[in-house]
Amino acid sequence: MLKTKVALFVPCLVDQAAVQTAWATVQILERLGIHLTYDSRQTCCGQAMFNAGYLNNARGSAEKFIRLFHDAEYIIAPSGSCVSMVKHRYADLDLSGSFLRDWESLRLRIFELTEFLVDNLGVDDIGSKFPFKVGIHNSCHALRELGIKAQPLKLLQNVEGLTLVNEDLVDECCGFGGVFSAKYPELSAKMGKHRSQQLEIDSPEFITGVDDSCLMHLKQAFKTNGALPGKTIPQTIHIARILASTSSSPFDSESYSYGGEV
Amino acid sequence: MSTVKYKIKSALHDQQLYAAIQNASNLSTAKRDDQILGLDDYESSRDAAREVRQRSVDYSPRLIEKFTREFTALGGKVYIAANASEANRITINILKSHGAEKGVKSKSMVTEEIFLGRALESAGIDAVETDLGEYIVQLAGEKPSHITAPAMHKSRQSIGRLFAEKLGIKYTDDPAELTEVARGMLRERFLNAEFGISGANFLIAETGHIAIVENEGNVRLGLSIPPVYIAVTGIEKLLEKLADLSPLVKMLAKSATGQKFSGYFHLLKPSREGEDGPEEMHVILIDNGRSRAMADPEMREMMLCIRCGACLNECPVYKTIGGHAYDSTYPGPMGSVLSNLLGRNKMLHQELPDLSTLCGACKDVCPVRIDLPKLLLELRARREKPLSHNMLASGWKWTMESSSRVEVAGKFARMVEKVVPKVMSGGVKPGGPGSFRTQVEKRKSQVESPKSKIRTDDEQ
Repeated sequence: MLKTKVALFVPCLVDQAAVQTAWATVQILERLGIHLTYDSRQTCCGQAMFNAGYLNNARGSAEKFIRLFHDAEYIIAPSGSCVSMVKHRYADLDLSGSFLRDWESLRLRIFELTEFLVDNLGVDDIGSKFPFKVGIHNSCHALRELGIKAQPLKLLQNVEGLTLVNEDLVDECCGFGGVFSAKYPELSAKMGKHRSQQLEIDSPEFITGVDDSCLMHLKQAFKTNGALPGKTIPQTIHIARILASTSSSPFDSESYSYGGEV
Repeated sequence: MSTVKYKIKSALHDQQLYAAIQNASNLSTAKRDDQILGLDDYESSRDAAREVRQRSVDYSPRLIEKFTREFTALGGKVYIAANASEANRITINILKSHGAEKGVKSKSMVTEEIFLGRALESAGIDAVETDLGEYIVQLAGEKPSHITAPAMHKSRQSIGRLFAEKLGIKYTDDPAELTEVARGMLRERFLNAEFGISGANFLIAETGHIAIVENEGNVRLGLSIPPVYIAVTGIEKLLEKLADLSPLVKMLAKSATGQKFSGYFHLLKPSREGEDGPEEMHVILIDNGRSRAMADPEMREMMLCIRCGACLNECPVYKTIGGHAYDSTYPGPMGSVLSNLLGRNKMLHQELPDLSTLCGACKDVCPVRIDLPKLLLELRARREKPLSHNMLASGWKWTMESSSRVEVAGKFARMVEKVVPKVMSGGVKPGGPGSFRTQVEKRKSQVESPKSKIRTDDEQ
């Protein structure tokens, strides 16, 4: 395991708005003795432009991504959505020449964090401790395009002190949808309200998932709509932060970075 | 504000509508799941269904020719209409030649697509809808809001009020009583109908059969009592062989209504003299953009659709706003694609491909595996975009080309939190800690050994 070399991809949204998730990912992978590299020239996978219908712009991002990452043994990102973009949607970008060749091999080496831990490293217990009641929201791209459902569940089941709730809840979109939420904010918010209320039923203290975009949308929904009668609003938290929490380095909601410094 | 935006806004403020749609789609989804999850060969059944439909599209011109030959040899008549007005004209001409003025119609989305009801009305022809949901919608002067459950947007209370007002009965919201009232009204019409019009689920080129599934028996009455019968359907509904029906019928009712099999299944062809059934049988095949779509390598997949409506029931957007907000005959995920392929001009409903979070639920439930998110994305890429969007996109592209530009943009965004989409506010406090990138670089520049052993590229 020590020999595994991993290039970290920190999606633009995580980089700019969910730093804690990125640091937690670093912490987890380093705890497993993985040789981690981070290229600070990385920006975005191109999904936002692709979903908005700007194929040329998306291709630009894709080519940059491929240039920066094609040498990596593994590429790991704490996001199902961005991984799926690279793995599947780049096929629709008319890549050519060396970009196409490099992508065809790169797409087999990019993984979402929990998928990498469970399926590639065969790890489902990394000594985490998180003594709270937690519910999962399975993000659509991770669930439907990458088939990620069992992996986060397995990891959470082995977290010390953690009580899983909402396990039988039907999977449904949170209503975020990237450009969709910008174009139809009211509609997106109503869908968020619907999903957040489903997630509140078992009174979890935390709602977790593998994509910060969805979690932020849900956080906003919880904040806007308040708690259901007799319930308290759960916090939203990326699964990496749960897994990074241990008895010696317990979860700190105020901490912005690894170890609480910077 | 666009019509679609306006309609979404009103839908979002209609609590009754929301409750009705949520209730009905959740029920449909649950019933579908009951059927589908019980199938141990679901995936291979989908493959089989798709293979049949793929042949329909691949061999389309040949199948139209063959069907026309078979159906005509049996004594029926086949017409090919290039567009909506041609189809309406043909229908009206057939009816006028018989002096037929009063008749019955069964549910058909293709007739909605071409606004046949309106055309008949202005030609002085009275065609009453006989599917219960369609009857309700016609009585209310509305369009269907769902392709298989046309009155899905209505609560039983609103149907009760509608019946009381339009039919002069005492108010009741008991579904059984309301159905009985409609049945009584319709029975009379069936017995005196001078013509019957229906859609068709499939047409069999090999044998000249028309295949129709239904649940209420109204189609059966409509195609057996009146002397003139007309089936109106799209050119993509042709199947090569009779045996091709089986894999499709297997999936259709399960996906559409969560039934193992539909209440009725009709396989009909023109009757010979002395046999039961209509004296004349006509089939009108409508193109209206379909052959163009079939020739379009990226979009032809949409022509595989068998109109089950599962993608509507499953779509979180559809479930929130209902079908009318799409301002198109076909709503939901399939409608957002199909509506832009039909008609004389390309992309008549440019906004619809945006009405999706791309969650992929539609693709997962499609019995013929249509990759709807991919088609929606393709349409987003094709359509013309407003200048303001192009400018935003160029700005985004320019920013994403360099990590230092991302940093500037991110700092700006965190400073002026109000101008950024609410995601930002969900994630980071204003004046927060800066990006991961800057933190890594700061850590790297610190002489004292940081906790993290993370390496940046130039260290290697």
